[in-house]
Amino acid sequence: MKVTMRVNGAERSGDVEPRVLLVDFLRSNLLLTGTHVGCDTTSCGACTVLLDGDPVKSCTVLAVQVVGREIKTVEGLANGANLAPIQVGFHEEHGLQCGFCTPGMMLVASALLERNPNPSDDEIRWAISGNICRCTGYMNIVKAVKHAAQAQAQAAKAPEHVAVAGGGE
Amino acid sequence: MFPAAFDYRAPTTLGEALDILKERGDDAKVMAGGQSLIPLLKLRFSQPALVVDIGRLPDMADIKRDDGHVRIGALVRHVDVERSKELAKLVPLMVEAVHWIADPLVRNRGTVVGSVCHADPSGDWGSIMLALNAELVAQSKSGQRVIPVDGFFEGPFTTSLRPDEVVTVIRIPLPSGQAGGSYHKLERKVGDFATVAVSVQVELDGRKVKTAGIGLTSVGATNIKAKKAEQSLSGRELTDDVIAEAARLAATEAEPKDDIRGTAAYKKDVVRVFVQRGLKAAFARAQEVKA
Repeated sequence: MKVTMRVNGAERSGDVEPRVLLVDFLRSNLLLTGTHVGCDTTSCGACTVLLDGDPVKSCTVLAVQVVGREIKTVEGLANGANLAPIQVGFHEEHGLQCGFCTPGMMLVASALLERNPNPSDDEIRWAISGNICRCTGYMNIVKAVKHAAQAQAQAAKAPEHVAVAGGGE
Repeated sequence: MFPAAFDYRAPTTLGEALDILKERGDDAKVMAGGQSLIPLLKLRFSQPALVVDIGRLPDMADIKRDDGHVRIGALVRHVDVERSKELAKLVPLMVEAVHWIADPLVRNRGTVVGSVCHADPSGDWGSIMLALNAELVAQSKSGQRVIPVDGFFEGPFTTSLRPDEVVTVIRIPLPSGQAGGSYHKLERKVGDFATVAVSVQVELDGRKVKTAGIGLTSVGATNIKAKKAEQSLSGRELTDDVIAEAARLAATEAEPKDDIRGTAAYKKDVVRVFVQRGLKAAFARAQEVKA
């Protein structure tokens, strides 16, 4: 079956069997390997992508289900050489150890900040509760999200500092 | 892991969906968000010849109030319930319970109606709908059928839905007087199936119970409506003794098995404790509602 969808702002298509999972389409057909396969059982969130802005587990979505929809993967976070605020946050606060869960964590966090620009610790923990960090580095992940929230708030106040804060979307 | 091969159809009108189901319903599975079905396909517990994706059907993602009911369309996702101001006012039990379902990412994709039709005895919505005395509206080429959720579950993953039918709406009767609900769930971690969960809904007539609904999760071959416990409450004031007796009865109606999440005896006792807590919480909330 031919499938077409927007991935990180560009129209992408491919020919897949209906049983092909979105994560496999992204990784194998589009060679976007930033989306990871962890548990492959809807538990860990390593395969998180944004579907029309909402984080979903791409191991539990068929590629054919999202024809015509908007997908964002970790490759779509940075704007050229400018890292997104959430990426700067993970860098500055040491929000990763092995890094395997990081793409999913960053996408969940960027969707959270979109809806709630100033989340509390509890709200952050709630938002990432479907994503597992097997290094158990949750403290720094929460700090990284807060760092990004602050950077975005500052960037909103002083637009000329956008680049300093690591670039916007 | 990937599923066994299947044919895939994504109808864009209800008529088209019903035509497909009339022709191939026996070999087909209907999919809405796919959050329960896709894991089963991947594990190959389910190997349908055809998957009918109803995700593109129009006008099915609404939460609407009409004629003494709230109607939840077949494509309303868990997250839509979470964000619904109308449901928070009309059926607060649903909005309290939704936070316990799966995890935030699954809630962005999975649907209420899909979850009920999946009929997993560990599913949360089934017992909530039993407590709320909800009804399903099923469509087929031969017409429309209203199916009470009470009686809909026939066994694990098995319902009274016919192969040519698709559920378009679940409707929940609105209480006429003061009402309140509560959901208690014991789970080992976010996203895990319930060890035990209990949903309670009470409607009051003054200080007495007009109707009570109690649904049990993960303690039998289906979600269970604890009818003896419900009946014991009818027309009574919710004193500690009345509540304790209903909780005891609900525990006798549960049919749990020993498994990695706990022994049967333990789960029965959790049912008893949760019914007790649930009735107290639901009663307090109902009293806060302005008559």
